[in-house]
This record gives sequence, structure tokens and C-alpha cells, in this order.
Amino acid sequence: MELQSNIHNGIDIITVNAGRIDAAAAIQFKDAMRAAMDQGPDRFILDLSQVTFVDSSGLGAIVASLKQMGAGRRFDLAGLTPDVDKVFRLTRMDTVFDIYADTDAATVRATG
Amino acid sequence: MNKAQLDPFFSLLTTGSEAKTRQALVQFCEWLSQQASGRELSGTVELVLAEALNNIAEHAYAQLPPGPVQIDANLISGSLTVRLRDCGHLLPNAVMPEGRLPDTDVPLESLPEGGFGWFLIHNLTQHLSYQHVGGENHLELRFDTNLQSG
Repeated sequence: MELQSNIHNGIDIITVNAGRIDAAAAIQFKDAMRAAMDQGPDRFILDLSQVTFVDSSGLGAIVASLKQMGAGRRFDLAGLTPDVDKVFRLTRMDTVFDIYADTDAATVRATG
Repeated sequence: MNKAQLDPFFSLLTTGSEAKTRQALVQFCEWLSQQASGRELSGTVELVLAEALNNIAEHAYAQLPPGPVQIDANLISGSLTVRLRDCGHLLPNAVMPEGRLPDTDVPLESLPEGGFGWFLIHNLTQHLSYQHVGGENHLELRFDTNLQSG
């Protein structure tokens, strides 16, 4: 699972360069996220704009990333495509995460 | 006439593993997107089938080598029926789990990382049935296109 990390103004924007976070990719995703968050700053935005499919295993992996982040840090989501957004709404995970239309909106919110 | 070339039936024999599940879903969605009334269903059906097929890979074939999974589907008069058959362990007590949504109004460290699969399957289908017959699990799922709200 390829994740691209761009740190700008103290915010780490992690872009998922893959179309699917599914059962076949969940463990790889969790490992890659752990590696990225081990050394990143205190604010993260996960850019999901290239992801068109997330199943419950993928959702679990994203939740696991939020939980492993540690206290005093912040982890928001941006760029959810329609089917991915639907999974978050159905499972009420949209109430757990702050979700932004895109990384620009998330950055403004995170610095504002 | 283009419509006559569309095949309203889908049939695929695959294997109950996570990697094969992904391939099967891609093939299934390709077929579904060619159907006039299938396109609007695609996202919903892909998610439900992913959950059902992952359950087969992770639970039915738990502690077993990944075994066969037969997927049969038809889309007739706006109603999509998908039948999944596998030769793995039967569901606990031979019944489908209720699929209650895990509580998300909990402290961060207690947030659920799983347990959404059957909730999504129940929530996004119009009809569900499960049978254990002749050593096989049969799961039938039905989706009605005119009821999908997106």
C-alpha cells in the first residue's frame, strides 16, 4: 500500500495512492500508517480522494490508525468519494472523524 | 439492438481468499455496470458482496485451505439476486448474525475496528436468506434497483 506523506506548516497530509482499502490491503495499510505516524507531527490529514472503495476491513484499519495515533494528536479525513462516504455514514463513523471535502478545506480548518 | 447482447446472468467460480475476493468483485462489477439498471446499484452491491465474500474467506474457510466459492447472479426486471455458495464451516448455530451496528459513542480506545460486515449486509439488501445444505453454505441476497436511494 503506497502512502505519500507531505508535511506542510506542521500538518502531515497522507495521501493514499491506491483505489481500494479492502480486506486484501487492510494490514498493509495499517502498517504503512503506523510507520507514517510514528515520526510525523501532531496533525494528520488522510487524503482519500483516490480511494473509490473501502470495505469494513478497510474502515477498521482507518479506525485502528486513529486509535494508535496517541493522545494530543489530531487525525482528520479529506476527499471521501461517494461510496466511501456512504460507508462512513452507514456505520456512524462520520460522527467519530472530522471529515472535509478536500485537503484544502481540512488544512484551513486545522490551522484556523 | 444493443440490449439483446447484454447477459443478465453472471456466474463465476472463485476461491475464498482475500486476494481472489478482490478479483471476483472487479469482475462482478464489470458485469453489473454493463446492465442498464445495474449501474446505480454498483457501489452498494460491491460493498455487500465484499462483506459476504470476506466472511467466507475469514470465517467459513477459517483454519482451512481457501476453498471454492460459486457466485451466481441475475438481474431481471430491476431486481438483482446474488447467490453465494461455499463448502466451509457453517455459520454459528446455522443462522445469520443479526448484524447490530457496533456502538461508536465510546472512548477512542474502545472504538470498534470490526463487526460491521453483517450490519452492512442486512442494511443494504432487500432480502436475505441462508441455508446449510449438503455440506454447503448458501447465501442469497437480493437488491431492488427502484428502492435504492443512493
